[in-house]
Amino acid sequence: MFNIYCPYCEEHREEEEFHPSGQAHLARPADADACTDKEWGDFLYFRKNPRGLHQELWQHTAGCRKFFNITRDTVSYQILETYKVGQSPQVKLPEVKLEEPRHG
Amino acid sequence: MTRFSGFSLFKNALQHQENWQRMWRNPTPKAHYDFIVVGGGGHGLATAYYLAKVHQKSSVAVIEKGWLGGGNTGRNTTIVRSNYLWDEAAHLYEHAMKLWEGLSQDLNYNVMFSQRGVMNLGHNLQDMRDIERRVNANRLNGIDGEVLDAKQCQEIVPIMDCSGSTRYPVLGASWQPRAGVARHDAVAWGYARGADQLGVDIIQQCEVTDILVEDGAAIGVETKQHGTIKAGRIGCVAAGHSGVLAGMAGFQLPIESHPLQAFVSEPIKPILDTVVMSNAVHGYMSQSDKGDLVIGAGIDGYVGYGQRGSFPVIEHTAHAIMELFPVVSRVHMNRQWGGIVDTTPDACPILSATPVENLFFNCGWGTGGFKATPGSGHVFADLLAKGRPNKLAEAFSMFRFYDGALIDEHGAAGVAH
Repeated sequence: MFNIYCPYCEEHREEEEFHPSGQAHLARPADADACTDKEWGDFLYFRKNPRGLHQELWQHTAGCRKFFNITRDTVSYQILETYKVGQSPQVKLPEVKLEEPRHG
Repeated sequence: MTRFSGFSLFKNALQHQENWQRMWRNPTPKAHYDFIVVGGGGHGLATAYYLAKVHQKSSVAVIEKGWLGGGNTGRNTTIVRSNYLWDEAAHLYEHAMKLWEGLSQDLNYNVMFSQRGVMNLGHNLQDMRDIERRVNANRLNGIDGEVLDAKQCQEIVPIMDCSGSTRYPVLGASWQPRAGVARHDAVAWGYARGADQLGVDIIQQCEVTDILVEDGAAIGVETKQHGTIKAGRIGCVAAGHSGVLAGMAGFQLPIESHPLQAFVSEPIKPILDTVVMSNAVHGYMSQSDKGDLVIGAGIDGYVGYGQRGSFPVIEHTAHAIMELFPVVSRVHMNRQWGGIVDTTPDACPILSATPVENLFFNCGWGTGGFKATPGSGHVFADLLAKGRPNKLAEAFSMFRFYDGALIDEHGAAGVAH
């Protein structure tokens, strides 16, 4: 059971008051019409899914109903920080090796 | 290798069961294989088995980080059914269902496949309309199915509260008589034994730490325990950890890994001889041959690799089961566990080539992979052997998330999550 600090309510509350909404910091492409199928597909469907630190968007559904971000370890489930939308995370994520494949 | 038969049972009984052979070898890996399957769960072992059996490939290895069937194969609720809505999915799962029906004979290993029927409940009028549509679609695809009303449900499952006075009344159900359950461990062991017999090297406790890519093509894997193992083609069948493997090869998959949990009760006398599933109240239950009630819960909504589930989900599922089956209110739960399921945006699997040549993925089965084990292995072996998808697999490419040809089984197929 997570004990989550809501940065808006400034209180710790139980997990059941919250709803996870997936990966944080997803920017919608500025000009969607100009996107290739790959760019648009990447934006819609492809997510980081790391084993380790992850930045997630959560909503305080049974509280203030505001969205905020969490940096969380997906293995130990430890919550390292919560921060408001628009703020930058303090915890740095490890570099992920992602090279552009030559084929496909 | 001993062939299991009534005679061999009798003979070994006379020898105090002391002379049974090991079911598979424990080989040291060679430096090169034509095919490497990463992941020794049901799907991976089935892939290796069909590679050797159907495609006569003699140089095949299965590499498993832990022990055989120790992941989701040993952590699911063992339900087998094929009543999916869309043609592509229905054909794939029905292919698996047909293999299930002959699997014990094929493997010479009792997988305890029991076609006791699966009931997917409807709790409101829209549920019932969806059920009718799905059953009709199933029948058009040659898959058995019936629509039951509440009275018929009550006849099949007397312990279920069909009174109509519950918060989510049972209005009816879809019913697939050929569906049922199988023994999960036996499936992994049967395939392992079969594959080993055909010359597949099963390498346990060997963790893949990197996938070696040269000029855009996979050439082998780096392992923690046995160093580099080269391969002609690599098939990754790692369920919840598929994303980690894809990361090693340098690309992303349209997959998120979530914990899905289940629990079993203390053994009690037989009270339920079928499988009851409900999407709306989110719980499903069957009774194992030992007498345990096997109860499935929902997934946690966040990404997790912890192989345990959250408490709110346990409570939610207990509520659902209690409302459907008031009779179990004082049954104790014995064990609870979680598995890491690889969910795709459209709740359909990925059987696919990847941006890296000679590297193939079989993943994204999400919350319902067990039922597909034989079909998944059969189709993926074909993909690995030939390098291109057959008719059953072609719709399940990972590139469908770029061209938009999704197979939206979320909600459509009685997928409960």
